[in-house]
Amino acid sequence: MKNKGSNIISGIGSVLKGMGLTIKHVWAARNGRKFDGVANDNYFEQQEGIVTIQYPHQEIPVPEIGRYQLDVKIDDCVVCDLCAKICPVDCITIESIKAVEDIGKTSDGTTKRLHASKFFIDHAKCMYCGLCTTVCPTECIIMTNEYDVSVFDIKEMDRKFSVMTEQQAVEKQLMLDKFNEERAAAKAAATKKD
Amino acid sequence: MIIAISILLFIVTYALAAVWAERKVSAFIQDRLGPMETGKFGLLQTAADILKLIQKEGIIPKAADKWLFVIAPIIIFVSVYMGFAAIPLAPEIIGTDSNLGVFYVLAIISVEVVGFLMVGWGSNNKYALYGATRSVAQIVSYEIPAGIAIISAVMLVQSLSLHTISLNQGILATDTIKFLGFWKVNEVGGILAWNIFQAPHMLIAFLIYFTASLAESNRTPFDIPEAESELVAGFHIEYTGIRFALVFLAEYGMMLLVSMVAVVLFLGGWNTILPNMGPLKLATWTTGAFWGIFWVMSKSLTLVLVQMWIRWTLPRFRVDQLMGFGWKVLTPAAFACLFISGIWRLLVM
Repeated sequence: MKNKGSNIISGIGSVLKGMGLTIKHVWAARNGRKFDGVANDNYFEQQEGIVTIQYPHQEIPVPEIGRYQLDVKIDDCVVCDLCAKICPVDCITIESIKAVEDIGKTSDGTTKRLHASKFFIDHAKCMYCGLCTTVCPTECIIMTNEYDVSVFDIKEMDRKFSVMTEQQAVEKQLMLDKFNEERAAAKAAATKKD
Repeated sequence: MIIAISILLFIVTYALAAVWAERKVSAFIQDRLGPMETGKFGLLQTAADILKLIQKEGIIPKAADKWLFVIAPIIIFVSVYMGFAAIPLAPEIIGTDSNLGVFYVLAIISVEVVGFLMVGWGSNNKYALYGATRSVAQIVSYEIPAGIAIISAVMLVQSLSLHTISLNQGILATDTIKFLGFWKVNEVGGILAWNIFQAPHMLIAFLIYFTASLAESNRTPFDIPEAESELVAGFHIEYTGIRFALVFLAEYGMMLLVSMVAVVLFLGGWNTILPNMGPLKLATWTTGAFWGIFWVMSKSLTLVLVQMWIRWTLPRFRVDQLMGFGWKVLTPAAFACLFISGIWRLLVM
């Protein structure tokens, strides 16, 4: 019986303790936590307050050079195909056409010799390893801080970065074929002379 | 008639607000925000919920006892609604001033049990039946300590009329009231004249009643009839649409009803919390029809909030713990309070 009495007293004590704990949380709920990203030194210090992020209205800032969606500055691309080769999941599809005329330089001065007739990155396959960005000689393929991407059709995840239309590609291909023919003819004429 | 309709409207709006408040309280306790999207701070969330429930198909399971299944939610809701009739809201405002008010309210609360059993039996579902039998066993067990704690208050006031009980806890009292039995506080009024301070054991009687009332309205830590994690939803598992809404609203109405009974019996009813202090006639200034409604409502809603606070703090009792607590702790303690009340009445008052 004595044991029972002390049980009741300790029970009341623990109930009050629990109620105190929960009311503390209600009191702390006046303030939300600040969502200023991991760059803030106090990021892990905030132990009190509301943790909910009302996502579409509020966002945690992400680092500017985080590993999120890939982006390609196609003007700087030399179509070297290195990114497609290094990609562990083969999500990058590149087709190139040799240029016959001068097509300018990239912003860092590398001469471009190939047209990018096709440059697709399938973000549904991409595993965001970032290897493509490290091998790129002109740093034209980069990872952005954009992570919120949702589409209605999975095909939309296969994003197109090449700016060349199919017609232009056919034109360039014809130019290349013609150039090759002329060169072959010139070569044949040269061998005949000898 | 006007009071009846206004009480009905009030219960519905209160229940919607209480469900919203419950979700907010639980959210804040768990460091969340709760509903935020529907209306400002999610205020329209429960209105949207009830609109959805009204539009839903009322499914009656094939194996169910059709009549019991249809009538039961109505019995539950009506019994809770009828309980409010005897609650005095202000010195002049009371649905019906019966001289058996306390008895009437206790009887009405018991009628709800019949509704619960009809719900469980009529659904013809094992979980529903488990929930209903648990609910009945629990409510019947806890009505004894609740009733006896109430009687120990009634013995001090010597009346079963809720109006007279309210009247004798403030400055309008016709009997002499003494703070803890030694200080006459008829002129002072306020919190000192409440029943809970008329004798030292009344605080314990109040706590016993409050604990038992948690069990009677199936609230945590006594929510084994609903026990989400074991009985899915308990006795109302087969209910959909408006019938489910009725059972759900009745549960929140019950919370308010038992809180109001606690307020009338122990916490001064419509009497003010502020005492008269010399020239500061705070009690006299804050007594009247408007103030009466204000005090009853604020006190009972505070108790409802405490019920929510308890729900989101304490875990659920096991069935045997629940029965043990009810019969071995609360009932003897309530009898002790009853005994002290009798002696107090004879020797001190």
